[in-house]
Amino acid sequence: MKFTRLIKMALSSVWNNKMRSFLTMLGIIIGISSVIILVGIGTGTQKQITDQIEKLGTNLITVNITGNRTPTITDSELEELKTKPGIKQIAPALSQGNVNIKAGDKSGTTNLEASTPNYAEIRKLTVVSGRFINQKDVDDRFKILVIGPETAQTLFSTTNVVGNKMYINGIEFTIVGVLKSEGTSAAGSSDDRIILPLSTAERLLKNSNVRNFYIEAESKDKVDTAMSYLQLFLNKKYKISNTNSSTANTRNYYRVMNQTSILETANSTTQSMTAMLAGIAAISLLVGGIGIMNIMLVSVIERTREIGIRKAIGAKRRTILIQFLIEAASISGLGGIIGVLFGHLGAYLGQQWFKTTIVISNNIVLAAFIFSVVVGIVFGIYPANKASKLNPIEALRFE
Amino acid sequence: MSETVNSKEIISMKNIQKIYKMGSSSFTALEEIDLSITKGEYVAIVGPSGAGKSTLMNIIGCLDTATDGEYILDGLNTKCSDNKLAEIRNKKIGFIFQNYNLLPKLNILENVELPLLYLGYPNGKIRERAKQSLEKVGLETHLKHKPSELSGGQMQRVAIARALVTDPQIILADEPTGALDSKTGKEVLKMLTDLNNEGNTIIMITHDREIAAYAKRIITVRDGKITSDILNENEVTA
Repeated sequence: MKFTRLIKMALSSVWNNKMRSFLTMLGIIIGISSVIILVGIGTGTQKQITDQIEKLGTNLITVNITGNRTPTITDSELEELKTKPGIKQIAPALSQGNVNIKAGDKSGTTNLEASTPNYAEIRKLTVVSGRFINQKDVDDRFKILVIGPETAQTLFSTTNVVGNKMYINGIEFTIVGVLKSEGTSAAGSSDDRIILPLSTAERLLKNSNVRNFYIEAESKDKVDTAMSYLQLFLNKKYKISNTNSSTANTRNYYRVMNQTSILETANSTTQSMTAMLAGIAAISLLVGGIGIMNIMLVSVIERTREIGIRKAIGAKRRTILIQFLIEAASISGLGGIIGVLFGHLGAYLGQQWFKTTIVISNNIVLAAFIFSVVVGIVFGIYPANKASKLNPIEALRFE
Repeated sequence: MSETVNSKEIISMKNIQKIYKMGSSSFTALEEIDLSITKGEYVAIVGPSGAGKSTLMNIIGCLDTATDGEYILDGLNTKCSDNKLAEIRNKKIGFIFQNYNLLPKLNILENVELPLLYLGYPNGKIRERAKQSLEKVGLETHLKHKPSELSGGQMQRVAIARALVTDPQIILADEPTGALDSKTGKEVLKMLTDLNNEGNTIIMITHDREIAAYAKRIITVRDGKITSDILNENEVTA
């Protein structure tokens, strides 16, 4: 019997039992659409993080002193490092979350960052009004700051705040500049912050132990060179022998990362998150498949007489088997198509309502659809085989 | 029976036995059946219920196989695989059942097309052939109707059209009038007689001697054996 005829026959059987077919499909529809939406959320988050990190520049290297040694890196050591090949400039930085700020009758908390004038260039920060910190501010410990637009809104309800006074931990500061908005990312808002001269912050926070250093490499190609010089320097400083300089070991002293390694870390995190979400959704697909098997088994019993008639007039075992398999596959395949549509709709609504980035890749859609058809075939085999094995005499006698 | 030189033996049964085994006990449904039917015959197999006529019909129709003995159908030994049997049923036998056995979800045209689909008939010719067959039973105006929209007599005519559509060697009718009133029953019997007159071989199974009287040869089965095999000289012409 011709295959196209078989498909037509199976489809008309699916159509003749519209309600039941739809209910059977529901499991697959839910499974496929949740796979698409959840994987879309995972991929979207990954894209967002990647964009964010890439925006920071690919020349950026961060050094983090992890051990409890003071001083961490002295000024003279910094000067020495700047002369190493590949390194363009270094900005030591302090940071502290949740500092109290106040202006007039409004108050709140924000993230404090403190560094040197080159911080703006290294971290790709732009000032929209006023100016950034300059060397004189650092030298003279001026009580000035650069404010993020969100913080400005919180305290002053405007971003036009250059020249205004505000208090940090009860000490008065003058605002000299407002940062350009960078938008919200998965890692929180980078618009809610204040940036102080390093020397001023050291006194304010009573902490002169700078542990973070932002280093700009001369170019993207020089990042690796710069990193190896930094590692050599730090190994020497902390007396780590070369045979001992595995990452696991040096982690107790310092951490050196560039954007690529940060990107890799972030990617592996979101990838495992995506895999987990997809796994959860795949379970619902499995349940949908069992639903198909269930209905097909009921259908075989219900249609015993039909199978008997078909066999009596010449249907072979294989023909009956294929007919039931195609029915199962077309129920799940149709469910897959509807699921794909619902997945797209859900992703669209999700983006509108929750303002998250959801990226649906064609590969996932294709994989989900193929998977749904395979689920139908796999779970259809048992009932189809049962149908094909029916004895025609007994099947004809079945009421 | 007018034996002609070129009369062709279609059914040849030698010492057919059918034994049903149920656990340790066994039941002999048929024993020592020897039967020969030639092309163009109209045979009625009669007997009380439980005599073994259904078992015999199932074996003749290749729905079942004998436990022992040899059954040659149109030159083919029926001791073969399930698949081969399905093929034989499809090509050589046209079934007419007491309860019509049409597929309720298909319209009558699709019902009649079904054996041709299984036969692998050329796609373009299936519809045409099925229509011809329905024309023959006078239902060409009802092609799109579902079986449930037809009367019993019409449904049986659809079943006859379906049986004829593959041009089978034998038409096997199992109590073809059993579910019909006597008037429509007679119409169906007339149709069978007409088909026989056109050269079709017909085997009819019935418990009713009045209906068997329409056939040209009457075989009586009792307790699993053929007890009489006579030519019907008082053939009723419908």
